Amino acid sequence: MNARSFIIQGLILFIALVFSIRLFSIQVIDDDYKLAAQNNILQKIVDYPFRGLIYDRDGDLLVYNTPVYDLMIVPKEVDLEDSTAIMELLEIDHATFEAKYDKARRYSSILSSKFVEQIPNEDFARIQDQLVKYSGFYPLPRTVRGYEKSILANTLGYIAEVSRSEINRDTTNYYKGGDYIGKVGIEKQYEDKLRGKRGVRYKIVNVQGVVKGEFKDGEYDTASVPGQSIQLTIDSELQAYAEKLLAGKVGSLVAIDPKTGDILAMVSAPSYDPNQLSGRNLSEFGPSIMNDSLKPLFNRPLQAMYPPGSMFKTIQALIAMQENKLSPTEKIICDGSLIGDHAPPGIYDVERAIQLSSNNYFYKVFKRVIEQGDHDSRYIDARIGMEKWNDYISRFGLGNRLGVDIPNEQSGYIPDIQFYDRVYGTNRWAFSNIYSLSIGQGEVLVTPIQMANLGALLANRGHYYTPHIVKSIDDQGVIEPKLNDVGIDEVHFNSVIDGMQKMAESNFRVPIQDIIVCGKTSTVENPHGMDHSGFMGFAPKENPQIAIAAYVENAGWGARAAAGTASLVIEKYITGEINRPWLEEFVLKGDFLDERQKRELEAMNKAKKLAAQ
Amino acid sequence: MRNDQLIYKIDWIVVLVYFILVFSGWLNIYAADYDPDVNEGILSFSQSSGKQLIWIASSVILIILIMLVDFRFYDSFAYIVYGVFVALLIFVLLLGQEVSGSQSWFQIGSYKLQPSEFTKFATALALAKFLSKSTRKTEDIRSQIIGFALFLVPMLLIIKQGDLGTAMVFGSLVLVMFREGMHPLILIIGIGVALLFLSTLIFSQTILLISIVVLTLLGIGLAAKTPSKIAVVVLAGIVAAGFVKSVDFILTDVLKPHQQQRVMQLLNPNRDPLGAGWQVTQSKIAIGSGGLTGKGYLQGTQTKFNFVPDQTTDNIFCTVGEEQGWIGSFLLLAAFTTLLLRLIYLAERQKSPFARIYGYAVVSILFFHFAFNIAMTIGLFPVIGIPLPFFSYGGSSLWTFTILLFIFLKLDAHRMQVLQRL
Repeated sequence: MNARSFIIQGLILFIALVFSIRLFSIQVIDDDYKLAAQNNILQKIVDYPFRGLIYDRDGDLLVYNTPVYDLMIVPKEVDLEDSTAIMELLEIDHATFEAKYDKARRYSSILSSKFVEQIPNEDFARIQDQLVKYSGFYPLPRTVRGYEKSILANTLGYIAEVSRSEINRDTTNYYKGGDYIGKVGIEKQYEDKLRGKRGVRYKIVNVQGVVKGEFKDGEYDTASVPGQSIQLTIDSELQAYAEKLLAGKVGSLVAIDPKTGDILAMVSAPSYDPNQLSGRNLSEFGPSIMNDSLKPLFNRPLQAMYPPGSMFKTIQALIAMQENKLSPTEKIICDGSLIGDHAPPGIYDVERAIQLSSNNYFYKVFKRVIEQGDHDSRYIDARIGMEKWNDYISRFGLGNRLGVDIPNEQSGYIPDIQFYDRVYGTNRWAFSNIYSLSIGQGEVLVTPIQMANLGALLANRGHYYTPHIVKSIDDQGVIEPKLNDVGIDEVHFNSVIDGMQKMAESNFRVPIQDIIVCGKTSTVENPHGMDHSGFMGFAPKENPQIAIAAYVENAGWGARAAAGTASLVIEKYITGEINRPWLEEFVLKGDFLDERQKRELEAMNKAKKLAAQ
Repeated sequence: MRNDQLIYKIDWIVVLVYFILVFSGWLNIYAADYDPDVNEGILSFSQSSGKQLIWIASSVILIILIMLVDFRFYDSFAYIVYGVFVALLIFVLLLGQEVSGSQSWFQIGSYKLQPSEFTKFATALALAKFLSKSTRKTEDIRSQIIGFALFLVPMLLIIKQGDLGTAMVFGSLVLVMFREGMHPLILIIGIGVALLFLSTLIFSQTILLISIVVLTLLGIGLAAKTPSKIAVVVLAGIVAAGFVKSVDFILTDVLKPHQQQRVMQLLNPNRDPLGAGWQVTQSKIAIGSGGLTGKGYLQGTQTKFNFVPDQTTDNIFCTVGEEQGWIGSFLLLAAFTTLLLRLIYLAERQKSPFARIYGYAVVSILFFHFAFNIAMTIGLFPVIGIPLPFFSYGGSSLWTFTILLFIFLKLDAHRMQVLQRL
């Protein structure tokens, strides 16, 4: 054979050898290609869990999940010749389409990203059939919250897509972009119960991402675990009624079952329709609700702080009796000279003083608690007395958070020795500096729920269960409420409660047929406008079923708006109906607002109407 | 009677390897196209495999026709066949269909034909005829120029069509010239130019120019003061420097954008894995995921789910690599190597120079296709888009390779008659 023939044959064998080695290296030695092949064909499909449902105390559904669809886009597969038809189908204009398409393409031309978020079920039904015609678009089912009744918005809270900072804060690394998370309210408090657990399915896909089957028969798939359902202590009928009564007003109302600490109703007014912060409504209505001057997102029962006013007198009487500085039958002459008073001059005991809300009587009673004569210096004496008094007060659940299972509870404020030392200097203050505390004015601040709790501990004559809104959770069953003892002997409550009964009976808006209501009104001085109207109480007197606190801002006398509202709620809860239509009409139509608030409320109502349309 | 004789004279080893390749190619075309959701059989005409069966059947008819034609026809009509196909190449430039950037197709009904494919055997015939004339010496520079011209003409016409891959195939005929006595320096210079071209893409011009100057000075030193050698070295240095300077022009004006991309991709495979590098990346993934024994027939996921483009045609080897693994790939390499070495053996035993040279042309063309097709799928060469002989889907290519091969088998079967005739 020709020598050059051998060269050519050698070349052929050499190439075959090079190929064999190269193939051996990428097929047998290098594992990277096997991994890459798997990544190519595997699509991880997140199986979003159903969020736990929320029921009221009777098992009526309050919050459920409603399907929405994120429309996903894979820009590479989109035929832009269809864009006009797609724009019509999705009802978006050209500029929006371009912007969304560019955004998706900047992210990735072959990976999917959200094109239109949270298309409601009814809209989706309309476009579903058309959608299959256009390549590059596919729907991803999600769920958002739906609400059976338009109540309890502030307490329920809302969910929204998890923010970057929330993902960073999450130490368990659960959250991924696009997940929903409870932002406020119960949705936030019980997030880890409600959210459930994401599942993952691995699908084999072709190059277009079309699913071709299960990966290894689903061996690596995990099913999503639905969230725990939660039963609230809320009586939704009562809640709806209370919200109706407070509609158009600024204020709050809290009703508690004193036997358990169950929160039966909790109203923050003004409020909003929870559906307005669900799904794609959130971006539409969210900003206007958040920026509203009347702060509908401000959960007043837990966050609003007022001076307690006359409600505080019940506490002052109890502390004085427990300290043996006051006997329930002791007659004290009050001439109205110590402090301004609406009660007439005369002879007072505990019962009468509570009934008529005598400021001068409680000035004297509080003086006895503060000035116990333990030290010659009246300054040091006041310190000792103040310390004892603070000790009692904190056991009434004031000055600290009660520990309600709803986020953002405020603690209120009870001034103490340190506070007065800061203001006046150590040993430079005495009773004369702090006497306004005796009638619940001055630096003292409480929240409506703390006052409702006061009603509950008065009803229970010395103990209370920490107020709570969740009755049971699927996996934990009924949650045992925490019992707290106030440290006041039961006997001391008799005269206070009798006084509250008398006070309630003397107010024509409070008494309910066949039910003995015990209550205390409070007119909270408001330097910025009309006084706030407040009421705290419970009913019936024997075997109490409901404790309540109501505040209506800028409504003047406590005896007017707040007492009437609270009385109607009590009647509704105990009897299940309303036999005093005149009172209901008064409260519903009641003209409690000042001019400024009226104007603001009008504007808000107008916005709400627009939104509803 | 003549046919009976032919059956004994034909080289059955080559025929056997041919049918093994065609049959396994057919099975792999089905596998590459296979969609588990669409339950179509291998014979379905909606599948490439069904259509390929038509091409295979018609190839068998072609084989019979080739065998029936007098063997002297190919020698006698070589120039005419060549002339006809070169004319077709010119026609297609004027009248042809443009398919993905290449104007190289004739549309006949629903079938498309690519004259450039058939030009391969026409050129092989013409080159064999020209070089086989005993009056010519391949060492003679005039003969060399005409020899080169015979395949450079169709090559340039095909480049003009925009099909660089097919055009490059004609370059493989240099091997024939080499076998027939061309000075090896031409081969060396050719490879040198290719290497220099690649270097210009990798290194900066400045570094290359400095290197050329250094090498030239070294060459002058080695030339040991012989003026003619010094002159050659200096000339080579100047040409090389000029070439380096003109590569920019070649890159931007000669190569098409997708070809530039593919060259750049080879040099840096991770440069653009989802864009220009997609094909190389995906074909390597498909082959690499096959492992030693492969995923099993029809079990490949990468080709089946269309991750590899052109999977039934240019990238058919991916299906073999993925489903049959290294062992299957090795057997394929072995089959091609056997075929090529057997063809060289046959060529060398020819009594007539025409048959021998034609045999080498067949070897060169098949070898080029085999080497560059597989090299591009395993990422050793830029994607140039040429089919794997006998394996890839497509009528034009299967017919061309069948005609190419069986003309040679026909010539081989009659090798003893050549002497008789003389």
